[in-house]
Parts: sequence; structure tokens; C-alpha cells
Amino acid sequence: MASGEVVSTHSVDEKPKVALLNDPKVRGTIVQAVLLIFIIWLIYNMVNNAAINLAKAGIASGFDFLDREAGFGLNFSPFIDYTETSTYGTVYMVGLQNTLILAVLGVIFATIIGFVVGVARLSSNWVVSKIAYWYVEILRNIPLLLQIFIWYKGVLATLPGKRDSIDLGVVGQLNAAGLFAPKPIFAAGASAIFWAFLAGIALTWIIGRWARKRQMATGQQFPVFWTGLGLVLGLPILAYLVTGMPVSLEYPVSGNFGPRGGMQVIPEFISLLIALSTYTAAFIAEIVRAGILAVNRGQTEASHALGLRPGPALRLVIIPQALRVIIPPLTSQYLNLTKNSSLAVAIAYPDLTAVFAGTALNQTGQAVEILLMTMLTYLAISLAVSLFMNWYNAKMALVER
Amino acid sequence: MSDTDSQTALYRAETGALEIAFVREQMTKPMPAPASEVGVVGWMRKNLFDGWFNTLLTLFALWILYLILPGILNFNFFNAVWSGTDRLACSDVNQGGELYEGWKGACWPYIGAYFKQFIFGRYPDAELWRPILVLIMFFAGLIPMLIPSAPFKRENIIYMLGIFPVVAFILLTGGNLNYNGFLLPNAIMADSALKFWVDYVLLTAVICGVVHFIVRGMDGDSRRPIMLTIFAMALLGIVIFLSSIDFGLRFVETPQWGGFLMTLVIAVTGIAASLPLGIALALGRRSQMPVVKLLSVIFIEFWRGVPLITVLFMSSVMLPLFLPEGVTFDKLLRALIGVALFSAAYMAEVVRGGLQAIPKGQYEGAQALGLAFWQMMNLVVLPQALKLVIPGIVNTFIGLFKDTTLVVFIGILDPIGRASAIRATSDWQGIYWELFIFIGAVFWIFCFSMSRYSMHLERRLKTDHR
Repeated sequence: MASGEVVSTHSVDEKPKVALLNDPKVRGTIVQAVLLIFIIWLIYNMVNNAAINLAKAGIASGFDFLDREAGFGLNFSPFIDYTETSTYGTVYMVGLQNTLILAVLGVIFATIIGFVVGVARLSSNWVVSKIAYWYVEILRNIPLLLQIFIWYKGVLATLPGKRDSIDLGVVGQLNAAGLFAPKPIFAAGASAIFWAFLAGIALTWIIGRWARKRQMATGQQFPVFWTGLGLVLGLPILAYLVTGMPVSLEYPVSGNFGPRGGMQVIPEFISLLIALSTYTAAFIAEIVRAGILAVNRGQTEASHALGLRPGPALRLVIIPQALRVIIPPLTSQYLNLTKNSSLAVAIAYPDLTAVFAGTALNQTGQAVEILLMTMLTYLAISLAVSLFMNWYNAKMALVER
Repeated sequence: MSDTDSQTALYRAETGALEIAFVREQMTKPMPAPASEVGVVGWMRKNLFDGWFNTLLTLFALWILYLILPGILNFNFFNAVWSGTDRLACSDVNQGGELYEGWKGACWPYIGAYFKQFIFGRYPDAELWRPILVLIMFFAGLIPMLIPSAPFKRENIIYMLGIFPVVAFILLTGGNLNYNGFLLPNAIMADSALKFWVDYVLLTAVICGVVHFIVRGMDGDSRRPIMLTIFAMALLGIVIFLSSIDFGLRFVETPQWGGFLMTLVIAVTGIAASLPLGIALALGRRSQMPVVKLLSVIFIEFWRGVPLITVLFMSSVMLPLFLPEGVTFDKLLRALIGVALFSAAYMAEVVRGGLQAIPKGQYEGAQALGLAFWQMMNLVVLPQALKLVIPGIVNTFIGLFKDTTLVVFIGILDPIGRASAIRATSDWQGIYWELFIFIGAVFWIFCFSMSRYSMHLERRLKTDHR
């Protein structure tokens, strides 16, 4: 062929002849169809095999077992009544309750410790920042399981026996059987305090909105923080006094065979709570440090130049920007903590994994149903927390034009 | 002539006459800073006792250190027993030993006595050279790969990803696996090693046929895809063949493995499997094909939403139910599958972060050059994206490394599992701190050095996106 000669087999508006395989649309459809068929085939096979295997092993399927009597005892259930005659359904509820208690308290403590350590890490004080540095490096590089064992078998198990408990005053008495804390006794009318507390929060919110509107309109400020604090704390106290002090604390009394009365917090719970919150705090500390460092120094200087005092500058300029960096990774740490609470199974704290995916599974043998329920529960918690945090994050995020 | 002099001269020239009586022409030496501002004292004033609040903080921190450190140091080093053969070496007078009453310290001979178990589990003594050889081969391949200036990177990667896994598998298990046929019915040919290979060739032919059919059906050129298929099947065949040869090694079943060997096996297999899987999932999640995207999202969110323990429970209790009758998996293999899927989901999110960080212009530029999807990914996007997420990948790996300890719940004896078994023996009763400290220290050294290395790499690879 002569060089430079372009031979065209089709005119411009005619479609070029492309191999069907190279047509992205056809190719995409084929890939998706093959994938879908493969997945359906896989699931069909799995379900089919499971049905055959279960029938052969003589294991019942379905969720009837939830109504059957469990027949084993649990040593920790603060809010749900549980006896050996309770059903597997109740076991599930108790497990979920214990997981949630652990997760919520763990998140609170981890956040507090994490923020303190993270700020300490940035301190100009050399000793303080070094201690914070080594706290982070040591705790986050040792497996959590090992840390739980250390707290449980290494520290709490070495506490004195029941007879010579350590007296911690208002907190209660501590010994190898756990912490014997004062137990609140609610008499009639106690719920008024709770409602007063809620009303305090609602009122604070309303006042906050009103104060902001007024400041926008007139420039006058209103001490929202102090008013809010007064309302949130004051209303419940008022309700407490008005209803005739319906809440009293029952203190544990030392007896010959250890403390009696009060509320026993089992050592499994204490060690898990310590291990989970200190471990997660190490990660949160790094997140907080990164968040604070992410705010440009110019922001501080600019807000000072605008005449803001250090307090309002921190509150109105620095913290909102730092939070924007902190919140997304913080969310995943909260989720990690919740999922890590399943390590409770190591020391037999009756959480969801230990009592339901452990004991109940072994007794009924209904692995598919129980594991599915357990996993979906964790999945639901995870999704709920991420939805909430995504909403919060969207609220905090930079509003760009 | 110095600067000052020339300035003076200029001044003279400009004014015409010099009326200033004295002009300093030489700078005096600066005075040394006050003693309280330099050296140790100055440093302490600046960093420790800067204002009443800092002073208070320093004192408080020092007090906390005073409470914690002496106890730890005394227990681990100064009061510790370093040699001995049994429990008696670490007993005080009351317990029948020679140490003074109320002695408290670490009993290190105890760790020494069980050191082998911590590293290799119950691997038979006569065969111990095998795991040792595997560990040596592993680190011999790993260390030159980690040093950026070491030569032969390409060969090194082929060794680590191709040769080492096969050799390690054969060395650890003993190889000599039996493969029987899987395709033809027994009526035609009885199960034997020969039948397996006949079946294997048949299967290859069938796959080639299918590939040819699909590609021809869409007017494509089928030669290259078929050559690729044959090449892949041949490679897989060589691996299978090697694992079926009798090297005269004793078969060591996986329940006999344990200790840190187990940790390394699970972590390394997990990361090796999860990286390609994670990249595939990340690409799937950003794909424009709705089915692929949806499946990837469901997969990733499911595994990320559940705790690893339930995944391991699932792999040990539920997975056998899903397999056809008569097919059984080794417990370790089941755990490995669970761990790999679990960490693949996390890896996918890390990689996705990298993919999102690549400017759109890079994708468009690659497409403008006429690159196809996989060419674009392999040549332009992934090299940049993966470089960005190296810290994330290392963090996932550190997490995986620590999480391997959870396999103890399905009865695989990693260091923590061995520790519980050892604690139950009677000759070293009542000792537990040493176990925790030893295991914790080993994990800590591994994880800490990994995070340090990733920070180093991050700095090395840092290029600005401009």
C-alpha cells in the first residue's frame, strides 16, 4: 500500500465496525451477568448443602428455639430479669444489653482519656508529652486480647479476697469478686427526676436558639452555657426535692464473708472496660493530635487579630475546624470499640458473642440462625452508629459554595 | 575592607565632611546568653517549669512515673531470676526456695523452658529444622525487599510471591498431598494421581474452549486470551505437582503448629490474600457497573460491620455446613479464609481512599492516551494510589497481626493459646505475668517496628501533588 494513503471503508456518519467484545456496553453487561449467575449459583449451592448437612445431623432449623428454655445462669444482667428458666430470646436480649452497656461506657471513657492524652501529646511540657507518646505507642502495639488478660488475670485477680476488701469510700468496696458499688434505690415518683432532666435539656436547646437569634439581630449576648448548666442540673435537683427525695443509695456493708448489699460490678466487666477504653484511647489520642495539628496556625492568629480572646477563639474557630478532621476517624474507632467488646468471650463476660454465639450456640447447635442473628445485630449497631455520625459529620462539614 | 568600613566611607563621600567623632567599625561579639537560658537549666526552664501550671504538671507527671517505673523495673530486671531449671529457682524461703521472704520478681527461666513452644507450638522436635528454615527464608526475602537501595527488586518479588509460598507450604506441611480425579466419572477411569492429571488437562481444554467460544462469538481475536489461560493453568499445575511430590518429609498436621509461627503464617497469608482481593473490591466499589458496585458495597460493609470473632466462629462452625458432603477443610485453612475475607474488606476501604485521592485529570489523561481500563489502572492510577495509602496498608497489616491472637477462640494455639495451655501445667504453677510480658513484648517489637518503617517509607515516597 502506498504510504500516506488513508483508506476509509466507511463514511463519517457510519458507525465504525468494532468487535462486539470491545463494545464497553456489551462487555459490561456480560461481566455483570456472569458475576450475578456465579453468585446465585454459589448461594444456591451453599443453602442446598446446608439443608442437606443439617438434615443429616438431625439439627432443627428455624427460629423456634428462641422460645425454648435456656437453662443456664448468667452472672450479670443489670436491667433485664434473667433466671435459668428464661428463654433463649431473653438470653439474646441480655447479651445485647451487656454489649451495649460495655460499648457505651467504653466509648465515653475512651473519648475522655483519648482527648486528654492527645492534648498532652502536644503539650510544650517535655515530660508530659513523652509520657503521652509512650502511652500511645505501648498500648496500641499490643494485642487487645492480651491486654484484657493482663487486666483480668494479672491485675484484678490479685486484689484481696472478699473478706479484706479495699474501702474506696463513696465508690464502694473493691475486692477480687469485683466492685461493690452503692446501689440506687428508686421509690415512687423517681421518674419525675428523669423527666426534669430531659426538660432541662430541651429548655437549654430552646434558649440556645433564642439567644443566637437575638445575638444575630441585636448583637446582645446571653450566658447560654451557665443558664443551660443551671437548667440541666437544677431541674432534676428541684424535682428530687419536690417529690420528697425518692432516690436513696444503698451502701454495701462489710460483713464476715465480704460486703453485703449494694450493686456488684463483676471483675470481668471492670477489666474489659479498662482494657477497651485505654486501648481505644491510644488510637483516639492520635486522631485528636492529628486533628489539632491540621488546623492552620494562621487561623489562631487571624482570630486573635479579629479581637477574639483565647477562649472564644478556641471555641469558635479552632475546635470546629479540628472536629471536622477528627470526627470521621473517631467514628470508626467507636465502631471498633463496639466490635472489640466481643472479646468479652475471652474472660466469660456475658455479652452477645459470649452467651448467644457461644453458650446458646453450643447448646442448640443452630449455628446458622444464631451466627446470622449475632452478625446482623453487630451490623445493625455499626450501621446505626455510622448513620448518626455521618449526619453529625455532615452538620459539621465545611459548607462550600 | 569590611562592610562597615565601606559604609563609613560612603557616608564620608556623601556628606563631604566627617563630623561624627566615633563610628564603630567593628561589631562587638555578642554576649553569651544568661546561664539560666542555655544548657540543661535553660532547657528545663523552657520545657518543664514554664509557669506555675507547667511546673505543677511536671511534678504530677514525675510523681506518676515514680509510682509506676520502679515497680516495673524491679520486677522485670533487678529482682528477676535469670537462671534455673524449675519452679524452685523462683521460690522464696516459705515456698521451699532460697529467695528472701516476700520476693517479687520475674521468673525468666520459665519463659526459657517454654521458649520453643512459644515459637513453634508442638511442632515435632525432629522436624524443627523445617519451620526454622522457613523463617530464615522468609526474613532473607523480606529484609532486602524492605531496604530501598537493595538490588534485584524484581527477582526478590518473584521469590517472595512465587517461590517462597510454595516452598514454605511444602516444608511446613511436608507436601506429598494426594490428588485424585475430579472430572471424569469413576466408571471411565478409577481415582488415581494419573486421573487427576488427565482431568486437569481436560479442564484446561474445556476452559480454553469456553474462552475461544466467547471471544469468537464477539468477533475478537482469541489467540492471546487462550495463551494466557494455558500459561496460568500450567503455572498452577506446576504448583500442584510440586505439592504432590514425596520429598521424604514427614507430614505435620496443622494442629501441631502453633506459637509465633502460627501468628506469622496467618498474618502473612492474610495480607497476601487480602491485598489483591482488596484492590479488586475497591475497584468494584468505584465501578460504573451497578451489579458489580452493589455486590462490592454489600461485601465490604458486611465484613466491616461484624467483629472478627464472629467471622472466625462462622468459619469454624458455619463454613463446614456450606460445603458438599464429604468435603472437609483443615481448621487452619478455614480460619485463613475468614481472616483473608475480613481483612480484604478493610484493605478495600484503604485502597478506595487512595483511588479517590487521585485527581480526575489522571484518569482522563490516561483515557486520552487511549489506554484501556486495566492498562489505565496498572500503569497510571494504581501506582499512584497505592503509594498514597502505604501507611493505611501497613496499619491494616498491624491490625491484622494483632488480631491473629483471636484464633485462640476456635482452638488454634497461637502464643496466647499456648500460654493458657502452659499455665495449666503444674511444674511452674502460679506464674502468669512473665507470659504476658514476654508475648506482649514480642508483639510490641513487631508492630512498633512496622509502624516506624511505614513512617519512614511515607517520608521517602512523599511527592507533592501539584
